[in-house]
Parts: sequence; C-alpha cells; structure tokens
Amino acid sequence: MKARVTVTLKNGVLDPQGLAIAQALSGLGFEGVNGARQGKVIELDLAETDPDAARAQAEKMADKLLANAVIETFSVEIEA
Amino acid sequence: MKTAVIVFPGSNCDRDMAVALGRVTGQPATMVWHKDTALPAGLDMVAVPGGFSFGDYLRVGAIAAQSPIMRAVADFAARGGQVLGICNGWQVLIEAGLLPGALMRNATLKFVCRDVYLTPGAHNGPHPTLAGLPQVLRVPVAHHDGCFVADEEALDRIEGDGRVAFRYVDADGHAAPGANPNGSLRDIAGVLSENGRVLGMMPHPERLADDALGGSDGRLILDRLLIGQSGDATAPALPTAAATA
Repeated sequence: MKARVTVTLKNGVLDPQGLAIAQALSGLGFEGVNGARQGKVIELDLAETDPDAARAQAEKMADKLLANAVIETFSVEIEA
Repeated sequence: MKTAVIVFPGSNCDRDMAVALGRVTGQPATMVWHKDTALPAGLDMVAVPGGFSFGDYLRVGAIAAQSPIMRAVADFAARGGQVLGICNGWQVLIEAGLLPGALMRNATLKFVCRDVYLTPGAHNGPHPTLAGLPQVLRVPVAHHDGCFVADEEALDRIEGDGRVAFRYVDADGHAAPGANPNGSLRDIAGVLSENGRVLGMMPHPERLADDALGGSDGRLILDRLLIGQSGDATAPALPTAAATA
C-alpha cells in the first residue's frame, strides 16, 4: 500500500525559499502570483494492506520523524 | 577532565572540536562513533560537532538525532551532564528534543561564512553558565540553516528564563542591521536548556580558539564551560550537575 506524506511549513512560519520562487515566477512574467510556499512529499511503500491501518502508521511516522511539529504540518494520502 | 566528541557520517568539525577541548582540559577528547550506544564513563562534557550529518537529508539534524548514541546523550543530559552542540550539533540537539525551537534555511538563502560578534545573554544579563565572559566576542559562523525560530510564546519563555545564551550584535555590542547573519528571531545565536547544562549555538568557538588562527574568543567560551574560568574573578561558580539536579 502506498502512502503519500506531504509536509508543509505552518502558516506564519517565514519561508524564504517560497518567497524566492514567487519572485522568480513574477520575474518570468507570470502575473498574479500572490505567494508560494515550498514543502516536500515523501512516498512510502508500506506492507500494510488495510488503508486505515496504513494511514495510522504513516501519521505516526510523520509525527516521529518526517515532520518537525515546531515548524511543519503534514497530511497523509493513501493510494491503493 | 574527560570530554567526548560525537562523530556522525558527515561531521566535519569533530577534529577541530577535539583539539580545542584537548587544549582546555589538557587531556585528549574521546571520539565516539554515532552507532555506539554508550558514552565513556565519568564524562565532564560531550560535544556534538558541526558538519553536515547524513547530508542534511530530510531536515538538518533529523537523521542524526535518531542515531543510537543520541539516546546516551539524552540520558547524560537528563542526569545533568554538560552537552555542547555547535552548528549542525545544535540542529541535532533540537531534533533530539534537548533544546527548543527549530533552525531553518538562512533568510538570505545564502550559505554564510564569516566572523560575527556575539553578546552573552538575555536582556537582563548573561546566564550563570556564561557569566563573566566579555560583552562582545568574535566567533565565526559557517552555515546554511541557522535561522532560529520558535513561536512567540516559546521565545518569551526562553527570554524570561534567561536562556538566551548568545545574541548577534555589532562589533560594539549593539543590535544592528547586518549583525544577524541568518535572520534568527530576536537575534538569537544560541540557547541553553532549562538547567543551563545543554548549550546549542550556531557560531564555532572551536574555530577561533588559538591566537595563531587570528583570535581566541572561542577559547574563552570553552574555558568557561569546562573549567569555570572566564577572566573575571567575580563571576559566579559554574552551575554543576549536582547543583542543577
């Protein structure tokens, strides 16, 4: 079972990389980019076959290691 | 005095740290591989050095913080042992939960490598652990992820407890634009644990601990931490494990 963990910075945490991305997009002529936030995606290949159990497992992993709760939040998607 | 330096894959300031500690204590520091599960007995200080442990994968310090030796370091800290984390070492101690906040990409997005000026302490003076040091110290930084952040409540608590170890200032000891090399909130360059025995800081005292290298302010910091000397005879005694337990 595949789990996709998306880790993003919490609202209010300064994201200089996102800021640079938004500026670069504006520089390329893309109009109306009000902001950009950069995060990361971690795709997990899990032996677990029950979607709910896989989700619980991935959330535990995100809590413990994949995300830093001081600055980041995460969401988990399960793919069959 | 017995000191130890932790070595992770990607540590690159471990030898400098060992040399600097050895000069202060007169005894060679023990190098401890990250896969070891125990620290040498009777240790006075363990240092977590700078570098790029595990290639900064995932988040700076995140993988190293899960190394077997870090459990021993956490136990040592819980017993009141003295722990010093420099640069990547501070990042590791934060990820291991021994110090508060987080260290993020520099606000400029650039790697910064230059001497900075530090002043010890919160607004109401230095923490007893760092008492007696000069008002202004010149120490080098070299990092890409040194922007210290925490929420307002946590920052207020750190300040209120007097646990700001060092703040970036200009050469005259004043807060100034450009003095802070990485955008750290409230110009914080280092933080102490609640018992004052765990210190994390971005600047590298071990890199400027010998006049032959162009300065020795870093030596003053290590002297203070290890043998309680600071050049100021009126400085209070260093908090000890017994006193803080």
